[in-house]
Amino acid sequence: MSKKILAVDDINVYYGAIHAVKGISFEVTEGDIVTLIGANGAGKSTTLQTISGLLRSKTGSITFLDENITKLAPHKILQRGLAQVPEGRRIFLQMTVQENLEMGAFTQPSSTIAGNLEMIFEQFPRLLERRKQIAGTLSGGEQQMLAMGRALMSNPKLLMLDEPSMGLAPILVEQIFDIIKNLNKAGTTILLVEQNAQMALSVANKAYVLETGKIILSGTGEELAKSEQVKKAYLGN
Amino acid sequence: MTFLTYLTSGLGLGSVYAIIALGYTMVYGIAKMLNFAHGDVIMVGAYIAFYSTSSFGLPAWLSVIVAMAFCTLLGIIIERLAYKPLRGATSLAVLITAIGVSYFLQNAALLAWGSAPKVFTSLFAKIESFKFFDGQLVISPETIFTVLACIIIMLVLTFFTAKTKMGKSMRAVSEDNGAAQLMGINVNSTISMTFAIGSALAAVAGVLLCSSYPTLMPTTGAMPGIKAFTAAVFGGIGSIPGAMIGGLVLGIIEIFARAYVSTELSDAIVFGVLIIVLLVKPTGLLGKKIHEKV
Repeated sequence: MSKKILAVDDINVYYGAIHAVKGISFEVTEGDIVTLIGANGAGKSTTLQTISGLLRSKTGSITFLDENITKLAPHKILQRGLAQVPEGRRIFLQMTVQENLEMGAFTQPSSTIAGNLEMIFEQFPRLLERRKQIAGTLSGGEQQMLAMGRALMSNPKLLMLDEPSMGLAPILVEQIFDIIKNLNKAGTTILLVEQNAQMALSVANKAYVLETGKIILSGTGEELAKSEQVKKAYLGN
Repeated sequence: MTFLTYLTSGLGLGSVYAIIALGYTMVYGIAKMLNFAHGDVIMVGAYIAFYSTSSFGLPAWLSVIVAMAFCTLLGIIIERLAYKPLRGATSLAVLITAIGVSYFLQNAALLAWGSAPKVFTSLFAKIESFKFFDGQLVISPETIFTVLACIIIMLVLTFFTAKTKMGKSMRAVSEDNGAAQLMGINVNSTISMTFAIGSALAAVAGVLLCSSYPTLMPTTGAMPGIKAFTAAVFGGIGSIPGAMIGGLVLGIIEIFARAYVSTELSDAIVFGVLIIVLLVKPTGLLGKKIHEKV
């Protein structure tokens, strides 16, 4: 059996009085694509932000590569090899494409940056064309590629993607999912949060369905794609 | 010729405002807070330089370095003790704390150094005035060196934020604090760094200000602090070139208003211009529109 890379155990997250995540537990196995699907407000992004250390859980623990990271500062969690592409991309709009990528490599020794840049530009040729451009002038698809490239600059062992398909045309969504599959084949474990359940389930080894802060279903991507409950609620048929 | 004389002294005063405004604007950009104690750090810097020369007989240039080192430390300590515990608190709580720190510094200075004004010896007392056009235009060394210092600081800061890793990370934190943390940037140490730079600049500003206007008392920093804050808003708070331009414009307007209208009304005119600029361009001269995500 392969190794557990991430274990989330019974986390509860609040925004003031609002109980956004209610005792969620799940695991990510090394080499897998794991997806959390669910409607808006189900607590998917909150879960990712808690794993990254931007939000804190009142209970439970988060274990990454056998280390308890529940109370670590966000920059330390990144140093352990856990990167996130946040919802809405959140690239630095006033900086150039290259500067954005350099920020992604903030924790990396400067000797590795050139090599990483080359790797990113190979994967995303559009970014190479636009490396000197201010990131705010990129199209939505290019911004998503930049956000992914930026996260990859830190050589993550686990990459968390929050709604990478949001606001993109169908053809670009396909392209982004192809990239996700390729990254996974190249050895990066992926934790994917999506509202586009169909796409997410088609690539996932393991999937969890969230509803109002709780996991209500789990299974392989294939199982869930066939489940009547999921079909009705998320796949629109 | 008198016009040119006024213009140069306006540039001199404006340069001081600009250097102070840089501290305001950088701290605002990174920590999203108005550090109203910034003006009082200027006063502390001037006192440290004053006593370094008068009590310890240090040369003028060394007194500036001592003042900068002291204020750098002071800035970091203020941030640690007063502002850091309020990270994530409402901006009103932070603002009130900053006003509290301001009064604390003024009263600490009163206790330590007394209320009697000190006469600050200009850093450039030994340098003669520069004369142009057969002596019709006289520019004091204070003015020349203040403007020079301002230009050098601007160039260094521009290079720092554009080219260095630390400077770029400051821009990243300023644009999106959360995303910067996801890049592995330690936001707390970035904020400390910003306070350190801003406070070191405040010390420079204090020494330059008191070289031109030599009365030094515990409230010396308060009014220039407010004016520089105005300059930062005027230029677009958060913008480094904005603070520079805002400071210079404000200094020139103030001197012209004093010379051609009236000394009593000069402050009213300065703030009147600010109100007009903000009515026309609410983000200030170089301020960027902030797109709030809904």
